[in-house]
Amino acid sequence: MRRPLGGRLRISTTWLGAAPFLVYSGVFLVLPAALVVVGAFSGPHGPTLANLAQLNQPYVVSAFVNSLVLSAVSASIGAVVGAVLAYAVATGSPDGILRRLVTALCGVLSQFGGVTLAFAFIATIGTEGFIVIWLQQHGITFYPNGVWLFSLTGLTLIYTYFEIPLMVIVFMPALDGVRPQWREATETLGGATWHYWRHVAGPLLLPAFLGAWLLLFANAFSAYATAAALLDIGGVIVPLQISRALSSEVGLNQANFAAALALGMVVVVAVIIVLYSWLQRRSARWLPR
Amino acid sequence: MRNNAARATRLGLALTVVATVAACGASSDPSWSTATSAASNGGMSALVTAAKAEGQLNVIALPLNWANYGTIIKDFSAKYGIKVNQANPQGSSQDEVNAVKSEAGTSNAPDVLDIGMAVAWANTSLFEPYEVSEWSEIPADQKDASGLWYQDYGGYMSIGYDSSKYTVTSVSDLLTPAFKSAVALDGDPTEANAALNGVMMTSLASGGSLTNIGPGVSFFKQLNAAGNFVPVTATAATIDNGTTPVVFNWDYLNSASVVSLPSWKVFVPSDAVLGGYYAQAITKTAPHPAAARLWEEYLYSATGQNLWLQGGARPVEMSAMQANRTINQTSAAALPSVSGTPVTLDQSQASAAAGYLASNWSAAVGS
Amino acid sequence: MNRRRRRRLAAFKTVVYVVLGLFFLLPIAAMVEFATRGVGLSSPRTLSAFTSIGSDPELVDAITASLELAVITSVGMLALLLPTMIWIRLRVPRMVRPVELVCLTPLTIPAIVLVVGFAPIYQWIEINVSDSILTLAFAYLILVLPYCYRALDAGLSAVDIRTLSEAARNLGASWGTVMWRIIVPNMSSAVSNACLLCVAVVLGEFTVANLLNFENLQVAISILGTGNASVSIALAVVSLVFVFFFLLVLSFFGRALSRRRGGAARA
Repeated sequence: MRRPLGGRLRISTTWLGAAPFLVYSGVFLVLPAALVVVGAFSGPHGPTLANLAQLNQPYVVSAFVNSLVLSAVSASIGAVVGAVLAYAVATGSPDGILRRLVTALCGVLSQFGGVTLAFAFIATIGTEGFIVIWLQQHGITFYPNGVWLFSLTGLTLIYTYFEIPLMVIVFMPALDGVRPQWREATETLGGATWHYWRHVAGPLLLPAFLGAWLLLFANAFSAYATAAALLDIGGVIVPLQISRALSSEVGLNQANFAAALALGMVVVVAVIIVLYSWLQRRSARWLPR
Repeated sequence: MRNNAARATRLGLALTVVATVAACGASSDPSWSTATSAASNGGMSALVTAAKAEGQLNVIALPLNWANYGTIIKDFSAKYGIKVNQANPQGSSQDEVNAVKSEAGTSNAPDVLDIGMAVAWANTSLFEPYEVSEWSEIPADQKDASGLWYQDYGGYMSIGYDSSKYTVTSVSDLLTPAFKSAVALDGDPTEANAALNGVMMTSLASGGSLTNIGPGVSFFKQLNAAGNFVPVTATAATIDNGTTPVVFNWDYLNSASVVSLPSWKVFVPSDAVLGGYYAQAITKTAPHPAAARLWEEYLYSATGQNLWLQGGARPVEMSAMQANRTINQTSAAALPSVSGTPVTLDQSQASAAAGYLASNWSAAVGS
Repeated sequence: MNRRRRRRLAAFKTVVYVVLGLFFLLPIAAMVEFATRGVGLSSPRTLSAFTSIGSDPELVDAITASLELAVITSVGMLALLLPTMIWIRLRVPRMVRPVELVCLTPLTIPAIVLVVGFAPIYQWIEINVSDSILTLAFAYLILVLPYCYRALDAGLSAVDIRTLSEAARNLGASWGTVMWRIIVPNMSSAVSNACLLCVAVVLGEFTVANLLNFENLQVAISILGTGNASVSIALAVVSLVFVFFFLLVLSFFGRALSRRRGGAARA
């Protein structure tokens, strides 16, 4: 690498490369986030910890637990199934029409959510969904023990509808980087398919897989509109609590409590990120980075 | 959010706005931003001219099928050539007020609001007083004395149901096994005005009172335990689809202008006639003050009031219009029949109910 | 690849496509089924919900605005994110993790809360800079960061950029050449996927535009959909199909551009 010009100049040109991004995210991301954090500590009479203290209430804690479980499960299912689908697509022709179709479809569906997605599932497997009716006509009861669609289980299923396509889009570039030479080398050394996945391709793809899982988790964690349409029973997950605190028209709105809840969400994700970083360090230590 | 930085920014913005408004007085006559009636500033024709010069109106949270707003907006726009910009169609009353605060001084700020009473009472500092020409036709207890807000239309809490599958003759019918996975609310009672009144109505029918929403919460707890409660937010789509065939909602939202099922019927229990009105207000930071005032004049004219009536809502000037015979008789006859004495939640009762729900609703139906 | 493995792979792919194809397309079919129902139990199917969408001028304006926003955001994202990511991997490795965290932040805070933070900034922008809907690009650039970062990172992780850049620099290439003519062509699928996500996010974005009182495509659909249940579902289907075809067309452009840039030096 070319020798840099001198101590001070080297530092400034190096940091200059990242400056546009830092400045932009400083104004449009850090500032709004800071406003939210300040709001979490504000009260009608100045700075206060009362909003945070409210986070201790049982219904808030259970909302956080529900959110965590919902996001972790839907992210995991989405990551595994999405990786499988991405693999199926990546092993096909790179310029083929099937790959283009699947990629475009995944692009659209990864952002499909809200009231319409909830309704699409209601129209499919809701109490009057066309699959339920069709099965009924053939003598099969779809819901022998209560309608599980209208519960956190159902919500998890609906979340995978946009998590899987998201996984396909963000993970496929990593699969595209898998060289056929790796497979050939494994076979030359006498390894079977599972050797290849367990010792060669798997570990090399793991960092990208973990990163994608993290994205899916955060995506599910902060999703709100679909749950609002399907499970309007009083803040069962944290975004619904936030929405109530911001938009309640019966007088229960507390913008500062909403900020405190958001801060709580950021803390939860920060903890997950710490775990993720530790996992990344362990899995990527022998990659050429 | 109150903090010094935000306050300083707002002060700076306010000064900029004053300067900007003074500079572009050409497109909107600034005298209209404080006019308290049409007569005080040159009469209706001056108002119409000024509104047309502004050319636009910002409304917020007006679903097109809510009390016939679709037709009202189209008619107003065609009549005066003013473009109506809609924002946040599914927003709540609180969202409207939040938008007023966060958009203050911009050209996107809402001009007029249609909000629930709880939000109106709490935010009068954001409104500009105005008295429409028909001010005297609005009953005294349905408007603010200084003209900050004025009720516009209302209805009674009702149970809408698909009569081809169910029959509802009393609120307690809903607890029977026939109504499995059938009953829904329009939203979350801790968040939405209509849902809160739905729970209050069942409370009144189950031995509670305007100050005691407890029996209502117990009713829904029983409903949920019996498997009759559907947690989905009832919309026109879920009703048409059959997922929510029994819905608690204001009678005008259960009316034919919203629900296209031919077999849909509306039931208002005679022992629990719970009424609720919404209110109009003009915002202090309205970017189109003349258009805002013209909109109010239009809504409170016989045309506007009758359009609301066509949407199944009871307009606030109804008794006056019946006396003047300006009312649309067909639409009036199509309203669901109501027997019994109507009651309405007042400010303290509404907040007490909300407080009770905040602590007890999730536990009752959350499982 | 031997024949047995090829057959196993083909069988595996068929199963995956069929099962997931059903999973994804059935709900959409249910939406179409609902939107084409006639009023009443035994009336014939009708396309009136779809045809009544027509050419509402508001919808056309909203579509144009959303498409413009999609383009601006994609270009801005590539200009902002790609050089930064390559640069810090090569020169400031300590910043890789912090930048990754910054890029994930927009997704950890729900959009309804983020808008509360955006609102004062947008108030200032609308009064002092411009009240055009295109100013939403500032916020959208932030919203797409998590997705695009992840897509680009997956592509970068497959390229040995250190070796490539060292080799190129030793041969006298400038940093610009290293980035645009050597590294980027090796991660073309990542770049095109990042753009695809960008466009998909912008065209599907609702919350931020809605709460800032702008009328983009999804807000316009929401407004029109409040009139009638069938129309609201029909609009949703049309929006999905429109974005799908738009992304499909884009994928053809992406390939053409990367092929024109000349053969990539596949390491």
